[in-house]
Amino acid sequence: MPITYTSGEQVEVYRFSIPVTVGVPFAAVWLQSFLSLHFPFFKVFDLPLLVTIFFAMARRNPISGLITGGAIGLFQDALTHLPLGVYGIAKTMVGYFASSLGAKLDVENAGARFLVTIVFYVVHEIIYFTIARGLVNLSLSWSWPHELLSGVANAVVGLFLYFALDRLKQRT
Amino acid sequence: MESVLSRYKNLIVLAVVLVAQVLGLAIQVKRTSETESNRLIRIWAVSAVTPFEKAISSIQNGTWNIWHNYAYLRGVRAENRDLRQQIEQLRLEQARLSEDAAQARRLQALLGFKEQYIQKTVAAQVIGTSGSELSRSVFIDKGRHDGIEPNMAVITADGIVGKVLTVFPTTSQVLLINDQSSGAGGILEKSRLQGIVKGTSSGQIVLEYVMSDEQVQPGDRVLTSGGDGIFPKGLPVGTVTRVSPGHELFLDIRVQPATNLAKLEEVLVVTQVVDREPASADAGNARAVDVLAERLPSVPEKPAEEAGKASSSAAVPSESAKPVPDGNAATQAPAKPAVKPNALKPEGEAAPRIAQTDHAAQLQSTSTGIAAGGASPKIIIEPALKAAAPKAGAGGQNPGSVPAAKSTAVATPQTQAAPKPDSSSAAAPPRSAPAASKPTVAAPANSASAAKPRPVPPPQPAPASQEGPNQ
Repeated sequence: MPITYTSGEQVEVYRFSIPVTVGVPFAAVWLQSFLSLHFPFFKVFDLPLLVTIFFAMARRNPISGLITGGAIGLFQDALTHLPLGVYGIAKTMVGYFASSLGAKLDVENAGARFLVTIVFYVVHEIIYFTIARGLVNLSLSWSWPHELLSGVANAVVGLFLYFALDRLKQRT
Repeated sequence: MESVLSRYKNLIVLAVVLVAQVLGLAIQVKRTSETESNRLIRIWAVSAVTPFEKAISSIQNGTWNIWHNYAYLRGVRAENRDLRQQIEQLRLEQARLSEDAAQARRLQALLGFKEQYIQKTVAAQVIGTSGSELSRSVFIDKGRHDGIEPNMAVITADGIVGKVLTVFPTTSQVLLINDQSSGAGGILEKSRLQGIVKGTSSGQIVLEYVMSDEQVQPGDRVLTSGGDGIFPKGLPVGTVTRVSPGHELFLDIRVQPATNLAKLEEVLVVTQVVDREPASADAGNARAVDVLAERLPSVPEKPAEEAGKASSSAAVPSESAKPVPDGNAATQAPAKPAVKPNALKPEGEAAPRIAQTDHAAQLQSTSTGIAAGGASPKIIIEPALKAAAPKAGAGGQNPGSVPAAKSTAVATPQTQAAPKPDSSSAAAPPRSAPAASKPTVAAPANSASAAKPRPVPPPQPAPASQEGPNQ
């Protein structure tokens, strides 16, 4: 699983059509809401996070990545009863970091994607945990094994999802 | 300066976006009520997501119903037979429990207690969730247009589910009882210890604020105490699974929810709860009259001619002289006393008995709703004076002056009180009890009093059997 260090000029930047830009995050949030009802274990997965990572790494533009992450996070927040911004802040930061990383590394291969997804899942959970405890005053318990296993599970799902979403990419 | 801005443009944008979100979050946390902008965002998000969930749910249900109700009927006969047996057993149990319930209601009425009756519910389908482990809430397909309001209790047949948190035009968000920000008043069924039922971050339910020196056993049932003002009293919450010493002076009591919160499909939203005093006559009136009838002196037999007239009316099964169908008991009109005691008394005692019986009937007429649903398969007694009232009115007499009945006939369920589920006869004018008729006293089917010797008139002519319950 080679992770190639490249310059910004060497990596390929992709763009997406408006229907894909709007429709894929919407579908991810909707599926997250709907599938969790019928398959309770599905709450382990975070499809909106995977979509955020994918768009951020494909566009390789930090501003675009953080805005995409923020919008998806706020949309996800709106379906919960928690204050708006908990997911928003976490996904804003993940979007920024993922796009920054995508600009520096070749993350097109499966191995790199797998590792990057695990890392960003854990980063996302740490940010979320910090905000939920520090700002919203929720009582949460942190469990490394749980988070790492969830990260691996998300990375596996992410591989298939990224493969499917690769077909929607448009070269600039 | 310009070069610095362009060099750190990305970081500056990130900082601005993050600061804006943190500020917004802090404002939301500080404010107790939601701002209009936040509410708009939620409305847009929910309005965008829930129509698809509704559509999928309806398609899913339609397909499922077609398959289960028309295509896949294997084992239905066996299941039906089992359910019938179960119904019979439950009827017996219900008959026993209804006596206890009637006694409890009488005691509560004596003490002036008020009960909460679930008056009205709205059935709703669960169509989606928040999708987050930290926000245990679901969306239902009923909203403001269906009469749903915030803070209404949401239940299933198994127990409580949660409360309505946010109401949208056609959908609502329900906060589940296992969310860490939810709570309900709870009471242990056996020990009557009260506490607060709360959710935890891991999605479990705990009963808090029970002192550590109290005896709580795993397996004890937890019910709602009604103290929270949302959930009516007495609804199942769950079962105690683990008891251990907790913080400070309190026990750490884990509760397994009565409802499977991970597999919710249909729920009931309690849209109307009424407080009222339990009627002491609930479910116990027929028995009281029965007992009263036993204590009365026997009435001398009538001459054969009058007896023949009377028997035709006495033997007609009336709408109330049949077992109350169990399944619909909660929604049916309350049972009325079939025989006013004064009809069984000598003529001179008629007036005061009428007043007493009217009062009893009035009390019983308040016993509607779910809490009064403990209708047993007892035989309700035909109000002889009610039947006689039109006649009395026609004669220009007040009810108090209605002549009392002069003899007593005992109608056993087997002969006169055959079950007749439909209530069509309820609209028909009572056919019994002209002033001189024999009032029909139907004994409870499973009551010991039915077997006791009573003043039974001599065998009556055939018309009784000709006007059977099905005619």
